[in-house]
Amino acid sequence: MLIHEQSQPGRRAKAQAPDVSPVLDAIPAEFRRKALPALPEVSEMQAVRHYTRLSQKNFSIDTHFYPLGSCTMKYNPRACNSLAMLPGLLARHPHAPESHSQGFMGCLYELQEMLKAVTGMHDISLAPSAGAQGEFTGTAMIRAYHDARKDHARTEIIVPDAAHGTNPATAVMCGYKVREIPTKADGDVDIEALKKVLGPQTAGIMLTNPSTVGVFEHSVQEIARLVHEAGGLLYYDGANLNAILGKARPGDMGFDAIHINLHKTFSTPHGGGGPGAGPVGVSKCLQPFLPVPMVAKEDGGDYYWLTEKACPQTIGKLHAFAGNAGILLRAYIYARLLGREGMIRVAEYATLNANYMAARMRQAGFALAHPDRRATHEFIVTLKQQAKELRVNAMDFAKRLLDYGYHAPTTYFPLLVPECFLIEPTETETKEDLDGFVDAMIAIQQEAENEPEKVTSAPHTLPVRRLDDVHAARELDLRWRPA
Amino acid sequence: MSNMPNELKYTKNHEWVRDEGDGVVTVGITDHAQELLGDLVFVELPEVGASLSAGDECAVVESVKAASDVYAPLGGEVTEVNEALEEGPEQINENPYAEGWIFKLKIADASEMETLLDAEHYAECCANDD
Repeated sequence: MLIHEQSQPGRRAKAQAPDVSPVLDAIPAEFRRKALPALPEVSEMQAVRHYTRLSQKNFSIDTHFYPLGSCTMKYNPRACNSLAMLPGLLARHPHAPESHSQGFMGCLYELQEMLKAVTGMHDISLAPSAGAQGEFTGTAMIRAYHDARKDHARTEIIVPDAAHGTNPATAVMCGYKVREIPTKADGDVDIEALKKVLGPQTAGIMLTNPSTVGVFEHSVQEIARLVHEAGGLLYYDGANLNAILGKARPGDMGFDAIHINLHKTFSTPHGGGGPGAGPVGVSKCLQPFLPVPMVAKEDGGDYYWLTEKACPQTIGKLHAFAGNAGILLRAYIYARLLGREGMIRVAEYATLNANYMAARMRQAGFALAHPDRRATHEFIVTLKQQAKELRVNAMDFAKRLLDYGYHAPTTYFPLLVPECFLIEPTETETKEDLDGFVDAMIAIQQEAENEPEKVTSAPHTLPVRRLDDVHAARELDLRWRPA
Repeated sequence: MSNMPNELKYTKNHEWVRDEGDGVVTVGITDHAQELLGDLVFVELPEVGASLSAGDECAVVESVKAASDVYAPLGGEVTEVNEALEEGPEQINENPYAEGWIFKLKIADASEMETLLDAEHYAECCANDD
């Protein structure tokens, strides 16, 4: 039930109303609304109950194991929240002068330095406000680099077919033509196909490593050599950085531009449409094009903003002020809590947990998409056989998992693996939770064999049953209207 | 096993082509393709008058699972598009070879027809994909 449907004319929550009426004199009469907006009229208690009930219906990382592949749904430590909300940080005005912002700027400066060290990149800008904007920034810098050299023949970006959909979308947004190259059966990029599409028209390549199929690209250095020899640059999609944090660095692999999803690898809160942050890192040749502002440090130790003035070749600003500052602070605190050794343990446990689950799933008879490869922080199970022989598909398994109290893994991505489950447990889960998930999958497999209808009609225990997503997509109905 | 009428020609990318005579062909996606995609929710049609080369991306079919490009099976000029799909994309699921047609093409070079697959070879392609 929507809160609008509980509305009764004239019902008020007076205690929550402002104690002075707003002064509208400064707004010309023609711009003032004639009728009141269609806001719900409910009591304070109704509002509290409504939103509390909604929150109880949530599946979230704070309530459930959430192995959503490629999304790195790890625990968000409470310490990051409470420290980022210290009054001195929370109440700082974005227009406050540098002299009043040294603590805040010091945090951002140190975050830049830590991200540089852990990625091996030459420099970092924290400005982009999400992963997708980070991708856009990286590709825009590649374009700015070629343009600055007057190398206008470079019109193509190469993208493997396993890539996240945002990669080709980003390339098109930046005015490039997308050249897709195939992935081999073992999960690596097809080098021979890459050689065929490289040339003077190549602006760059966008790669995710570990890739979206959950394996570390064997030939990443060979790819870097080939692309650089052709005059192109390499873009690193940081989606899967959690697997190699502190163990291997994109800078050492030869990448020129990267983005980091702080809401994945650095454990800032996901979702709810809330703010993200997608800092970008660059090799030396792209440094002049980084987006502003960035924080620099004087010899005397004072921090100051780097703006267009100091960075004339910058691609510009992406966000008001200093990016999503609250998220950057949470990531900074997370990085400080972990330290260098902690980051290595993140990668080790993320990888160990994924490989443990993959091994157990395999023992239980599930088919892995890449059985001959060691998993990174995530792995793919293909339910192709179940779909074919039992007529129970990946979506049915996913829905039934909800009844068992597990958020479903990513389904039907990457597209090149049929009926796939992309499973990413992350480092923060206990062995009991990992085992519990595998046991639930085994139980669902037995149901699929003996009473398939139980699985194909799931979920049974949630507030809503299976949604008609086809109907929802065909007949979009997003706005409440008074009856 | 999905339906693959013998009188049609096919591409590896799962388009079907019907020769309407007088240099015009009708193009759609196959039964096998619609099965893989699942229920379609949106179709982006090419523009009438657009000039295409064989292999050009010229339309998009989107299901709840995935969005997929449709490629021009042959070179030529788009003469007609199936506007009914904008309101009723499910026609591709229900009847891919009739009401679910996507566009018509005035082909530039009739000899390109030789590059297309017959039903038997297309069936082999699908079997290899599995």
